[in-house]
Amino acid sequence: MIQTIFSAGLPVDEKLLIQKNSIRGHGGGGRLCVVTGTHGDELEGQYVCYLLSEFLQRNIDKIHGTIDIYPALNPLGIDSITRGFPGFDLDMNRIFPGAENKSLSDSAAFQIIDDIKSADFAIDIHASNIFLRELPQARINVNTADSLVRYAEMLNIDLVWVHPAATVLESTLAHSLNSLGVKTIVVEMGVGMRITPEYGVRLFDGILNLMKNVGIYTGEVGGAISKPRIVDGDGVAFVNAEKSGVFLPEKSYGNHLDEGDVIGRIVSPLTGATLSVAKALQPGLLMTIRAYPIVYEGSLLARIVKD
Amino acid sequence: MKKIKIFSMKSPYREAFHISGYVFGGGEKSVAIVGAMRGDEVQQQFVCSQLVRILGGLERDGMLADGKEILVIPSANHFSMNIGKRFWPMDNTDINRMFPGYDQGETTQRIASAIFERIKDYKSGIQLASYHFAGDFILHVRVIKTAIDISGGAQMFGLPYVYIKQPEPFDTVMLNYNWQIWDTAAYSIYAGTTDTIDKNAAKQTWQAIIRFLSESGIVRKEAAPGFKSKILYDSDFTTVSAPCAGIFYQLKHPGGDVRRSETIAKILDPYDGSVLSEIASPRDGIIFFSHSKPLIMEKTVAFWVI
Repeated sequence: MIQTIFSAGLPVDEKLLIQKNSIRGHGGGGRLCVVTGTHGDELEGQYVCYLLSEFLQRNIDKIHGTIDIYPALNPLGIDSITRGFPGFDLDMNRIFPGAENKSLSDSAAFQIIDDIKSADFAIDIHASNIFLRELPQARINVNTADSLVRYAEMLNIDLVWVHPAATVLESTLAHSLNSLGVKTIVVEMGVGMRITPEYGVRLFDGILNLMKNVGIYTGEVGGAISKPRIVDGDGVAFVNAEKSGVFLPEKSYGNHLDEGDVIGRIVSPLTGATLSVAKALQPGLLMTIRAYPIVYEGSLLARIVKD
Repeated sequence: MKKIKIFSMKSPYREAFHISGYVFGGGEKSVAIVGAMRGDEVQQQFVCSQLVRILGGLERDGMLADGKEILVIPSANHFSMNIGKRFWPMDNTDINRMFPGYDQGETTQRIASAIFERIKDYKSGIQLASYHFAGDFILHVRVIKTAIDISGGAQMFGLPYVYIKQPEPFDTVMLNYNWQIWDTAAYSIYAGTTDTIDKNAAKQTWQAIIRFLSESGIVRKEAAPGFKSKILYDSDFTTVSAPCAGIFYQLKHPGGDVRRSETIAKILDPYDGSVLSEIASPRDGIIFFSHSKPLIMEKTVAFWVI
């Protein structure tokens, strides 16, 4: 059943609508919310929502509980290739839990929280931005690791990255929901503005697996579920651009690197010079690689999960 | 006056990016002033450029106090300003969401780090700020409330209002908050507009900063008297949101007195021009902030009334 959870008028003959598809099976079994599209340039979650929506409605007899699918928390952003909430400077994932009468974006955030807060679980799907490609991974604040890692392990992803807490992250959707008792896992995968079908299918299988393990789904799960590596904040090394120029990668994400391996080169098309060679400073798994070629000094080129 | 280089970086195809500062006097690091960190902060850059001109004149005339140093950074993001963007041209990140910065991090983290490293030891810090909603403010000084009480220093600007704001999570990555954590008395000045130059508001702003420097004993120029600033807290503001969307026909502007139930704006139907809604003031008071665009979405903040 399609429901509108937030509506607000736009200046000329249009409304902003945030909608969900609420799929209800037999009684019991709890409630899972799958949310995505907070950042309008992150589209990987679109495919997952489609797969879930299509499959679950076809297999309604195997569902015990409710699955609410929110494919576009920032519909104006998605429809206009805008990362943020058009018209407002703030990242939409920095305004939760919102407030009822503060601003349009705060009102939307408030209603989103209000609609999800009675759920047992939430999966908040992000792609990377347009600049980076990421292996499928869950990102979990260290303060919630004890309660969430075991569920993240069910999601058929490659990594669970347990990161340090930061005050600024207290305004994310995931932090607000976890504070309200909704077990919420952030998944990052793929790249901005694109869909990586392989990852979408993997996460779809993973979400079914989680649903099966917590009693919301009684059917089969396609494919083997991979067990992710658990990584803490110190276990990830960052490689940033030393020069501004054009980055030409020589490795793909998912590659294993030895110390000294060349990850890519920064070149000048004008002069033909190689300006910088980015190398792995320690062996490990290439979990992130630069997707957008133009770089400034400091641009993130790669992340490596240390061996 | 000495011009110094605070940050330099090559670009793939543009000329190198430099952040420059202007140092006046010498000795104790007394006041650092930061202007445009976003590409649309033209009013803020204009105020800073005038301060550089005025302080240069005061220094030539021997009117700076001995042993006091003032630093002015008029612009930290002209790469965006030159192409009409608000945030960093490549990744659209906001330098003022990157403090205290990280010198081994991403580009805007490095910029923030270089600026912060240069300004963190000053006794007082003044930032010419802009807000994340499109709108106009009454000129005021804003202080993020932390453990130290600097409301007395904020009143030395002689602007009509000082707003003591409770920090929100996103404040913790902004310059004002981090300055204070590093023991600098940090003041943000909202100079009325952002992407347009309001000459009167700009002049009042630089006069307020010179007044602060005079009151602090850093310049010997006697400043014209200012206001006895009223201190405002979050609880002093009443937010008025748009009850519907349409053309925003504004009747009252920042600084205007209003009576309870007085119509302060109308929202018009963009097709037939009829009045969809009249926005009434919820209280007797003064308009502190108003939405400034001709169109408005439903639930958008239209006014703050104090």
